Parts: sequence; C-alpha cells; structure tokens
Amino acid sequence: MTAIPLGVPRRLVEFTLDGQEARVPEGSTILDACRAAGKEVPTLCQGDTLTPKNACRVCVVEVEGSRTLVPACSRKAEPGMEVRTDTERARHSRKVVLELLASSVDLSTTPEAAGWIKEYEAKPDRFGPDAARVEEEPRVDNDLYVRDYGKCILCYKCVDACGDQWQNTFAISVSGRGFDARIAVEHDAPLTDSACVYCGNCIEVCPTGALSFKSEFDMRAAGTWDESRQTGTTTVCAYCGVGCNLTLHVQDNEIVKVTSPHDNPVTHGNLCIKGRFGYQHVQNRD
Amino acid sequence: MDLHFGDSKPTDEERAAVDALLGPPESSWEGAARDEMRAADLRWARGGREARDRRDLLLPGLHALNDRVGWISEGALDYLCRRLTVPPAEAYGVATFYAMFSVRPRPATVLHVCTDLACTAAGAPELCAGVEARLGPESGVRVERSPCLGLCERAPAALVIRAGEEISARPALEDEAVQADGGSGGTAPGVGKGKGRRGRATMRATAVCAPATVDTTVSAATAPESAPAEPPPATAVPQAGDPTLTLLKRIGTVDPASLDDYRAHGGYTALRRAFELGPAGVIREVTDSGLLGRGGAAFPTGRKWQATAAQPDHPHYLVCNADESEPGTFKDRVLMEGDPYALVEAMTIAAYATGAHRGYLYLRGEYPRATHRMRHAIEQARARGLLGDDVLGQGYAFDIEIRRGAGAYICGEETALFNSIEGYRGEPRSKPPFPVEKGLFGKPTVENNVETLVNVLPILTMGAPAYAAIGTGRSTGPKLFCVSGGVARPGIYELPFGATLGELLDLAGVRDGLRAVLLGGAAGGFVRPDETDIPLTFEGTREAGTTLGSGVVMAFDDTVPLPRLLLRIAEFFRDESCGQCVPCRVGTVRQEEALHRIVERTGAAAADDVALLREVGRAMRDASICGLGQTAWNAVESAIDRLGAYE
Repeated sequence: MTAIPLGVPRRLVEFTLDGQEARVPEGSTILDACRAAGKEVPTLCQGDTLTPKNACRVCVVEVEGSRTLVPACSRKAEPGMEVRTDTERARHSRKVVLELLASSVDLSTTPEAAGWIKEYEAKPDRFGPDAARVEEEPRVDNDLYVRDYGKCILCYKCVDACGDQWQNTFAISVSGRGFDARIAVEHDAPLTDSACVYCGNCIEVCPTGALSFKSEFDMRAAGTWDESRQTGTTTVCAYCGVGCNLTLHVQDNEIVKVTSPHDNPVTHGNLCIKGRFGYQHVQNRD
Repeated sequence: MDLHFGDSKPTDEERAAVDALLGPPESSWEGAARDEMRAADLRWARGGREARDRRDLLLPGLHALNDRVGWISEGALDYLCRRLTVPPAEAYGVATFYAMFSVRPRPATVLHVCTDLACTAAGAPELCAGVEARLGPESGVRVERSPCLGLCERAPAALVIRAGEEISARPALEDEAVQADGGSGGTAPGVGKGKGRRGRATMRATAVCAPATVDTTVSAATAPESAPAEPPPATAVPQAGDPTLTLLKRIGTVDPASLDDYRAHGGYTALRRAFELGPAGVIREVTDSGLLGRGGAAFPTGRKWQATAAQPDHPHYLVCNADESEPGTFKDRVLMEGDPYALVEAMTIAAYATGAHRGYLYLRGEYPRATHRMRHAIEQARARGLLGDDVLGQGYAFDIEIRRGAGAYICGEETALFNSIEGYRGEPRSKPPFPVEKGLFGKPTVENNVETLVNVLPILTMGAPAYAAIGTGRSTGPKLFCVSGGVARPGIYELPFGATLGELLDLAGVRDGLRAVLLGGAAGGFVRPDETDIPLTFEGTREAGTTLGSGVVMAFDDTVPLPRLLLRIAEFFRDESCGQCVPCRVGTVRQEEALHRIVERTGAAAADDVALLREVGRAMRDASICGLGQTAWNAVESAIDRLGAYE
C-alpha cells in the first residue's frame, strides 16, 4: 500500500467572509474559502491544476482596506481579513467583465457563461454593432486539434500548461500586445512547424473551447456534437507502464474525445499524444 | 526543456550582432557552425541552469539585432534563442511585445513622429501628413506615429533611428567626448574615425528633430548622421542658472560629460556623507526628510528602503525606473542629459543604504542622448573608482547596468519592468508579494524613479530637517514640473511643494485663452482654468480631486477640440495596454470606440455613451491588475465632470 504523506499540519486562518466567520488552512485562497462555504464565484482563468494567473478578473471580490477589488482565485486568505463577495461594486465589475468578453469573443462553448451573463444581467450588445471583435478563421492545420481564436479569452492557461507548470515544451506564448495579443507559436507559424508535441494538455485546460479536438470541432460544425448522448468511461492507458487514467468520451459508439481526471495522482489531467489522440485503433473495425 | 528550432538561419550580420553582445558561441548547442566544432564538443551542451540564467540578456539581444538590422528575422530570433536557451515561442512573444521591434522586414530607418497631446496641439497632424507625403515607400524610411517622445518642451517632435553597424569594441570614450562637445544631435558613433569602411549610410545613427518641421524631419530621416545638433539640455530648463535651484542647479552650469566638473560643483559630497552615516543612518535621514516617490505613486521612500534593507533574503537589487513614458513627462530625460553623474551618485547611495551591490538603470528606448550620457557617466565613474569593487575606497562594491526599454509604457509599472529586465513580456505581476520582498529575479528590490533618487543628494548634503523644511508638512522638498502646451516658456520647473498651479503657469507664461490644464499626464486629470489656486502638493491635489502624478502640467487653449484630446488619450491607453487582464485589454478598446462615436456630439446625443464610459471606467479602475488600467479612465472622467465635455 502506498503511504500517504500527511505533511506538516497547516494552521487555520480566521477571517470574515460576507459577515460570517471563515476558517481555512493557511495558504488557501479566498476562492477556496468561498467554495468551502458553498458560495458561487464565477471563474474563467482559474484552473484546478494550475497556478492562477488572475487575468480574467471575473472572480473579483471586495476586501476591506483594499483600494481596488482583488481576485479571489489568487489572493490568499489572511487573518482578520474582511471579504465581501456579493457587493454592488464586485457585481458591477463582474458584469462589465462578462460584457467585455462576450462582446469581443464567442462564449458559446464556454460552460456556465450563459448562466453568468443572465445572473449578472450583462448586456454584451450595448457596445453596438461596430464593437471590435476577435474575428479570425479557426486554424485547422493538423489532424488532432483546432485553434479557434474567435473563442480565446487569453486566460494564459494553455501557455502555463505547455510551459513550466506541466509540459515544459514551451511551444506557445502570448504574442503581440493589448487587444491584438494572441496565443501563438514561434513566428506565428502553423502548429506543424512548431515545437508542439501534441500532448493536448492545452485542450484539457482551455475554458472556452477555443482549443478543441478536431473530432469535436468537425462534429460541432456538422451539428452532430451532443454531450447529452455521450458517456465517459475512465480506463487505464495501455501504451506504457506509467498507468495514466484516460476518460474516453463516447458518442454513438465512437470515441470523440479523450480527457484525464484532474484529481488523478498520476496525470493531474495531463496525457501524452498517445493517450490523448492514439485511440483510432480501438474503433478500427475492419 | 526540449527546444525546437526551425530551419531559418541567421545572416552573418545578425550572427555578428548577437555575438558582439554574448561573445562567440562555445558549442554547436549554442548555434556554432558544425565545421567550427571540435570533436570534443560533440556531446557538450552549455545547457541547464547556467544558460537559463542568461535569460535576462534576451531584451539586450533583441536590441542588438534591431540596432544592427532594423528588424528581427526568424533566423536571427532562433539564433538568439539557441545562444540563451530560450524557447523560440517565448522569445517571439517578447519581441512582438515592444513597439520599437518588428518581426516583419522594414527599412533600416524608422522615423517616429510624436502625435501625442503636446505635439498634436503644436501641429503634429500637419507634420505627419507632410512627412508621410514626402517619405513614401521608395524613400527607405518607415514613418511611424508614436506616443509621447518626452520632448514636449520642443513640440512637435520626431525621432529618427537608423539601424546599422556600431563600433563594437567600445573604447568609445573619445567619441563620446567629441559628441558631448558637439551637443550630440545627430549621433553616429564612429563616423569620421576612419572606421567608415562600409560608408556612413551603414552606420547606426539617431537624430532628434524638435521642434520639427517637414523639411528638417525629412532631411534628418534621410541623413540622421548629419542632422543638426540637439540644443543642450539647459534649454529645457527656463530657470537655468537660478542660484536657488536644488535639483536643477547643475544643469547648464556643469559639463555633463565631465566627472571633474561634477565634483567641482558639489558632486560626491552626498556619497561621502552616506558612508559617514552608514546604511541605517542614510535610511533614517531619508525617512526623516519625508521624501515621497516622484514617479506618480508618492510612496514614502524611506519606508521602501527600510523594508528592502530588512529582508533576510539576498542579494538585494536596486532598480532605477527611467522608463519615463507618461505623456507630457520629460523631467527624467533632462536630469539624465544635463546632470548624469547625480543619478550615478544617487543610485550608489540608495544601493548602499539598502544593501544592494547591483543596480539596473531601466532607461527609455526613445532617449538616445540620455542613454549615451548615462553610459558615459557610468564608465567614467567606474574608471575613477566611484563604481566597482571598492567604491570610494570604502570596501563597498556596487555597479550599474543600463537596460534599454523598447517602446512600452507599461514597463514603467514597477513589476512589469522587472519582467522586462528578466527577459519576459513586460506584463505586471500581481501584488502581493511586493517588490521589497520579491522583486527583480525574485529577490528583495528597491525601485525608485530618477527624480526621487536625485532628491536623496540634497537630503544628505543639507540634512533631513533642512530638506523637510522645504515644501509643506506632508509634501516635502523641491518638485520638478514638466510644463508644456500653451505656454510661452515650456520646460522643467523646480518649485518647492506648495506653490499653486497659477504661480507655476505664470512663471511659464501661460498664453491667453486657457481652456484646461492636464495634471499628471494621460493617467492624471484635467482641471479648469479657474482652479489655478490648487496647491501643487500631493495632499492638495488629492483634496481637489485630482492628482499630481509625475508632475505633468499641460496647458490647452481652444486650438484642439477637447474631444480630440480625449480620443488621443484613449488611443494611447488602447495601444499601451499589455493585454493581460480583461478590464484593461477590452475596456480600453470600448472606451476608445465610445469616444470616437461622440467626438462630434454633445448633450442627449452623447449621454448614452457617457453613461457607458462611466460603467466601463469604473470596472477598469476597480478590477484591472495594475495602474495602467486603473487610471485609463481618469482623464476622460475629469474632462466630463470638471470641464463639462460633451455637455
């Protein structure tokens, strides 16, 4: 049996969350405390397997004594802090952030976005028909996955997953500046000319569907993608001895996508090209 | 890290430019040609931590390529990446971040014509149109419309940068002395020194045209090496020679190239005093003086120094923020051009007090003369034992390295500046942790503006009580103001804190028909002409609901309609947003779009968009990561609320 390291017991930090006493282990973020207390705070750029970049600013909350709002995803809880998550000020910023995002990119495949837009009464069309959008053709330059910049909110998660937080391939980076900033490989080349190793770990963390399996992209284009008809089967990858867990997403008896459970101690949601994309032999029925 | 490189190869020129900075490659891992390789090298990789530790040379490397060739090709970028073990995708992200770099081919000569506030009011649109008409695609000059070039006292302004060969071995002191004598206008190091084997037109050269006309700009752009010399820095100081000046007293009276002259005029007495007091004593003096940071945030300098000095983690770093890019600000440029040794001395004192042995001077890329003067001053100080292993024979080691910015306003934000020096995109980090705890290279760092540091000299020579007696109780000392726009004598003014806006404008000879005054630059706010009794102190401007910022005072009459100015400010923030956080990246675009819609509208026709601006502005102020987004709406808001724009 594997021994589970217990580590040094962590002290508890006491602070006030929306008027209630909250106690969380030292090092926890405000978001952790909110979730522990059952409070809903919207997040986009925060990922359960990544260090938060706090770039999207949709999780902002009010902290007593702070001039500006603070991102719940990355601000650590401090003793005596007074945090309010649902003030008019915080809600206003979240609403405007959702409006700014929804008016500039396509959030149709972002889970929960529609619900938040409704909840915060955001009106993305108020910026008028001429509001600048990220309008680019989806880049289909390989058989495995597609980059659809029209859906990219520049959350940096794919860059972090490809870089020093997981994959250490460093195939992508943010290029350009401001509204013209884009995720790109070197020299903005096609993926096939880049350092990409097609592990697909960027797809795993993408919150908006800007990165997707070619199979999913094609099925969405054909109107046949239907998650309600899909099943997920978690199994062990048979390629090597590491023992990665694979979750096979199956629709109409065809594997349409492969993910890995984020809480799996071996993968933390990451796979290699074989586990992620090497499933065709399974459905080769000839 | 498994690096992947494409097939593009650098040209000989590109390779030479990189090797001049980094030395020749030691192995094929670093890109040495295979035939140069000895058999023993076959499996030898200069990789790992040692190579990655040189990541901070990425920005200087990009500069080296851009200086030499004028743009950064795929092969050149790949070669630089090999030399530094940097993933090409990341280097591409860095190269495309800066406005002064191009990853597409362009002519060797780039003409930056300033179209910012002061220059627009002084006729920049006509200048641009005239220059663009005469410098077509066949002229070999790329004309770019630029944000503020920091030459507002001589508006309209233009800057020519021609890429080319630089004298790489730098016993260049002679050159610089020659240039200093000539006032260094068009400067092409090496010209006329018998090195012109490939002709003058292939040498790197820069030229400043201000005030610029179409004719002078076109001729400077076609032959920057023979452009007329820039006027001496003292012309930017209308009070020059006034014996009551403290910070500006040496500008115009000492030779900025001469260390002896600096010492003859009181130079290096403050450093001697610092060594007598010891680090703790210096911090006590600075704290007692009440010095507040002059870069815009007004943080108590003594507290910052104390917090850095007390950090157990080592090494400590000193960073001088000379990336002066706030539209309308040019005080740091004049200080560095006119009195460069003062900054060297002040940086030495700050480093001594905070326990740093290495200082970085992050200097704006658009300031060729200031860069030149500072480089010369640092070399001189090093040669005379005022920098190096044993400063003034006191057993204290300190040296300064200059890092050039490359056209990014955001890099004036302290943490963005750290990322820029470290060779990453100049994106602000989230705070906490604060720089005093984890700053440059993750180490305790004290970062100060040029003007803040220069104030330390009088604090030590006159003593904290005498310094604190200048100004008001909460804003002590002298303050530099950058006055431009509709005044007879634009320039840098030094006044004790507490003088009113009216007194300053009178001193500068404000012209009739004053419509508005912009305080603090694009990130500041407008005030009305009847508000001239506002005291120019941190607390006074705050009480009046505006800001002192970096000391910009820009006077506007009716020649340029206010909505046009607001649109220019909005364009500035849209262009300069780094793009990291949503409120700023998209908010600045929506702000500009709304201002565009109402540029010719007032009253009810503008009301909807004004309401929209308020909502977006509030979210930018509340939810942006850094000061850029947080202040991007200030000036527009103040124009609506105080000046009644769009009513």
